[in-house]
Amino acid sequence: MLWYIVRRLLQGIPVFFGSTFIIFSMVFLTPGNPVLRMFGDRTPAPEQVAALEEKFHLNEPFLTRYFLYLGDILQGNLGTTYAGQSVNEILARTFPTTLRLALLAVIIQLVIGVLVGLISGLRKGGIFDNVSLLVTLLIISMPVFVLAFVAQWIFGIQLGWFRPTVGAGAPWSDLILPAIVLAGLNMAYVVRLTRASVIETSQNDFVRMAYGKGLSRGRVIPVHILRNSMIPVTTNLAADFGILIVGATVTEGIFNVPGVGNELFKAINRGDTPEIVSIVTILVIVYVLVNIAIDVLYGVLDPRIRYVK
Amino acid sequence: MRISRIAAAAGGVVIAAALVLSGCASDSGDTGGGSASTGVVNVAWGEPENPLIPANTNEVNGGQVLNNMFAGLVYYKADGSWDYDAAESIESDDYITWTVKLKADQTFSDGTPVTSDSFVKAWQWAASNPDLLNQWWFIDAIAFKGGTYDGGENTLDLTVVDDTTFTVVLDQPRADFPVALGYTVFFPLPDSFFDDPDAFGDAPIGNGPYKLSDEGWVHGESLSLVPNDGYTGPRKAQNGGLNFKVYATQDAAYADLLSDNVDVIDTVPTNALATFKDDLGDRAVEQASAVFQSFTMNYNLEHFGDNEEGKLRRAAISHAIDRAEITDVIFQGTRTPAEDFTSPVIAGFDPASIEGSDVMKYDPAMAKDLWAQADAISPWSGTFQLAYNADGGHQEWVDATVNSIKNSLGIDAVGLPYPDFKGLRTEVNDRTIKAAFRTGWQFDFPSQANILGALYVTGSGSNDADYSNENFDKLFREGLAAPTQEEQSKIFNEAQGQLFTDLPAIPLWYGAVTAGYSTLVDNVEYGWDSWPILYNVTKSE
Repeated sequence: MLWYIVRRLLQGIPVFFGSTFIIFSMVFLTPGNPVLRMFGDRTPAPEQVAALEEKFHLNEPFLTRYFLYLGDILQGNLGTTYAGQSVNEILARTFPTTLRLALLAVIIQLVIGVLVGLISGLRKGGIFDNVSLLVTLLIISMPVFVLAFVAQWIFGIQLGWFRPTVGAGAPWSDLILPAIVLAGLNMAYVVRLTRASVIETSQNDFVRMAYGKGLSRGRVIPVHILRNSMIPVTTNLAADFGILIVGATVTEGIFNVPGVGNELFKAINRGDTPEIVSIVTILVIVYVLVNIAIDVLYGVLDPRIRYVK
Repeated sequence: MRISRIAAAAGGVVIAAALVLSGCASDSGDTGGGSASTGVVNVAWGEPENPLIPANTNEVNGGQVLNNMFAGLVYYKADGSWDYDAAESIESDDYITWTVKLKADQTFSDGTPVTSDSFVKAWQWAASNPDLLNQWWFIDAIAFKGGTYDGGENTLDLTVVDDTTFTVVLDQPRADFPVALGYTVFFPLPDSFFDDPDAFGDAPIGNGPYKLSDEGWVHGESLSLVPNDGYTGPRKAQNGGLNFKVYATQDAAYADLLSDNVDVIDTVPTNALATFKDDLGDRAVEQASAVFQSFTMNYNLEHFGDNEEGKLRRAAISHAIDRAEITDVIFQGTRTPAEDFTSPVIAGFDPASIEGSDVMKYDPAMAKDLWAQADAISPWSGTFQLAYNADGGHQEWVDATVNSIKNSLGIDAVGLPYPDFKGLRTEVNDRTIKAAFRTGWQFDFPSQANILGALYVTGSGSNDADYSNENFDKLFREGLAAPTQEEQSKIFNEAQGQLFTDLPAIPLWYGAVTAGYSTLVDNVEYGWDSWPILYNVTKSE
């Protein structure tokens, strides 16, 4: 097990170098001089261009800049934005918000998705089963920005149940609406997975045995059926959590959640190259780590799964 | 120039004067006079692109905050006229040497006095280094004696006479010098700035109507200001403070406006343009702004050189564009066709009086005729290309414009997209672009001299066409030295006559501000620069 984790972490190293290199080269090698963007329609004097290129190390050759950047990153310094803010501070500020949003979304998925999936699975082919299938299909087929705008318009502006955007400090109550929108996206998978898993588990001998020894439905369903159906669902949720914490850019933008995705969106709009590269790099690392964690989780949930050397 | 929120996006939308009035009308008419309200006004905002240092702030978000935290020598009223703020008088006999007198007993919000030194040191510092984004002001926008791009310490010819008097020496006579002094770069700085500019950029200390609140600037979320009781100037705060809220998108800000979670926005998102007047009613604002849109052909572009053929072809292109229909259809009537090289909100606007201004009229027959005359000199071949940046929402009007040219002249004309703004500007800057390209200007200060000087004077920084005309340069210099705005405009409009003959750029249309405010606030007015005049907004608690 330990050897497996070490091996996976080692595999993460080339992923890290590869992705930083690709992102770095994509952002820095796009044609044109970022200094000119700072002046809008005005044309800066050559002295100004030269001074700013030097200030932001834009005059060094590409590889020099890449290695300078790598050196900084390995020392834990993610650089500064053009506005002079430390990217470390930005991430320290925005990550907790995104994490809370992702957590809330996963909890909503878990509670609603598993409940609906369980009932559908137990009453296979019934009205509830068919309606839930239809509704989840409808939601999953909608692009996220449509879902977000519609939810914001109906529940935020027309009905006034929630604030249309997230306020200062991102209180939990403001995060509910964006979390529901985010949860909606993966909900269909959770429902279907739970449903299929419940149907499969229900046909097992140990379930018939449990009923046979006179246990009530109230005991058999949660303890014998649900518990054994949760393995695929949990791993799916974990994977989704990974996707959510590396940025629900669109949803965060629409609801103005002060999270990582939002920050990245603003940085791209501003053309703040150091910030873009650093944030994306961190997101790549987080994603790699989350995936390793999921793989380890399989073994914990189901002892039959063994990792070979 | 001020860079708008999305630097590359074209300005806004313009409409008739009637709507300007309705947009400015407020529910209650109690401005000023001790009836100050106590509510905190929430303002839609974006994270500034640079530290909050006057010499380094050239975009709208940082600019709005600094404008409310600092008092320059002069300030601008909504209509673009100016009046004294920190200065008592700014006078000159020869328009070269200016004497500035400050009002007595002014202080910064940290209690230190505002003296001549506060201005002189700030200006010397701003002119000292080419990596400061506003350094160009002392060289290109207003030629100060001693200002160069090489910078260096104390290069400007500024002399402190006493605590409230200092003199400024310019490079050439400039009668409209005081008009420019309301811009951010001319704000004074307290001594504490020079100890630690970085800390200052995070928590500036000013002498204006507001100061930073205790919460101050929460990066990524908000920046809040409270009234500065020490400020005694004409822009006294009429509300309990300003809370600038960061929005990633204009859509999010607009959604909050509809539910009164934000009080003032300065841009309506494009997808709400069709409905915002219904959504907001009286609270919808649409008024002309000081934005000029055009496209430019450098004189090195084949067939558009500095000769008879080039002149004919430029005039033909101008006649070939149906500006009225494009502003109507593409911009839903929210922009107005350009009639000159300045802006209708800037004093002196009078295109009808200028000889040759009918070159702006849509006249396909005339266009064809001029094009044929040019063909007789040197036959046309190839395709007319109009370059634009694809990240700025320009494709629609570019396509409409080239179609208009194509249909009028019977030649091939296409839009030439560049992936992003910096890509386009780099080729323009290097003079390697082989096409016409979109250009625009947002006025830095309300004077025709700003745009004419920056874009068309020989050798000036933003003269992307490399236009050079002795007559225009001479008239421009004369205009600068004219003692009154009326006399100046008369000469500038004569100079514009030369531009109509040569067409270094093809004017397209004027921009506008489309904005709105919540049900909780009153007395919301937008200035000539498209910014809401925040210190006048009232809000009850």
